[in-house]
Amino acid sequence: MKPARRQRLILIALMVIGVAGAVGFALKSFNDNLMYFFSTTDVADGKAPKDNLFRLGGMVVKGSVERPNKGIMVRFKLSDFSKEVTVEYSGILPDLFREGQGIVANGKLDSRGVFVAEEVLAKHDENYMPPEVKASLKGSVNQK
Amino acid sequence: MFLIPDPVGRFFHRMASPPHFYALTEKLMPWLVVLFLLLLLPGLYGGLVLAPPDYQQGDSYRIIYIHVPSAWMSLFIYMVMATAGAIGLVWRIKLAEIVAISSASIGASFTFIALVTGSLWGKPMWGTWWVWDARLTSELILLFLYLGVIGLYGAIDDKRTASKAVAILALVGVVNIPIIHYSVEWWNTLHQGPTVTKMDKPSIHVSMLVPLLLMAAAFKLYYVIAMLQRARLELLQRERNAQWVKAMLEKRA
Repeated sequence: MKPARRQRLILIALMVIGVAGAVGFALKSFNDNLMYFFSTTDVADGKAPKDNLFRLGGMVVKGSVERPNKGIMVRFKLSDFSKEVTVEYSGILPDLFREGQGIVANGKLDSRGVFVAEEVLAKHDENYMPPEVKASLKGSVNQK
Repeated sequence: MFLIPDPVGRFFHRMASPPHFYALTEKLMPWLVVLFLLLLLPGLYGGLVLAPPDYQQGDSYRIIYIHVPSAWMSLFIYMVMATAGAIGLVWRIKLAEIVAISSASIGASFTFIALVTGSLWGKPMWGTWWVWDARLTSELILLFLYLGVIGLYGAIDDKRTASKAVAILALVGVVNIPIIHYSVEWWNTLHQGPTVTKMDKPSIHVSMLVPLLLMAAAFKLYYVIAMLQRARLELLQRERNAQWVKAMLEKRA
């Protein structure tokens, strides 16, 4: 390889490594801001902002969805399999909202420690299967 | 890298010669188109008709047959563009510069398609057209990178200088590619995690996976076809005063 070419190649490699390093440090320092939502454990540990809107993500606990006033307001529990947070929401729920499904809600905590959501988004999981396969998965008890 | 075997070196040397490239791609083109159709048609039929509906999303999930291959292509084409750009910078091979810039607008189109189809799917499924999570934001930055490459190339009159500038921009942007890919694992995102590239257990039923892979292969072929066509045109424009172009035109006239 000719020296001039080698030099250019080394310069390019250094540039890419330098940029990657700079971006890596930047992302590391902004790590918390890049999280799209807080987990329910974060909320229980008091890491979530107190008076501001923030997003809360978790799994809708099975059997926790209720409509206490028989109206449009829904109340359910979100969990990340260690801590649970109660959420209240008045509005139209997305198609994929159901018990056992992951969701992300935008809202704030009120004085009771209940998360009052202004918006609820369904978080789709990465599994795709035909209905028959799902049914047979449910049928076998050993499946998680 | 510093010890390239002789036949390989000769092959690249010959491929990089503009008249040879022009003639060879002309001969290859019909075969590429046939192969593209052979992958696209079964892929579309399998994805839109044969594949069963999803247990949760019903038929809406079928947008993955466009969305996922487009998103893969947006990353793949960027890597091709940056690699070709680097080869152009180091070895000053004209053809590498042309491949790099010919890839840019195709990559931008695939990025745009991935963003739009994702948005159309997101409204009914997530309940929103757009969120600023790490995956969506980094993919949007990718679109801006592509547009930056196209704009920068157009802004500089001397195309050899333009190619060098564009290659540096593309190489700086390479850092975004792993960020897009791993964004769903590094951070909490609304976008779901990887389905197909997850190795431990398949998260997609095989009847849905096969058409998806066919579509992905078809999209790759489409990229090769579109990129070669653009590259041939760019080559003719750059070499319009070269002897081989004149000779070829006289022969065809």
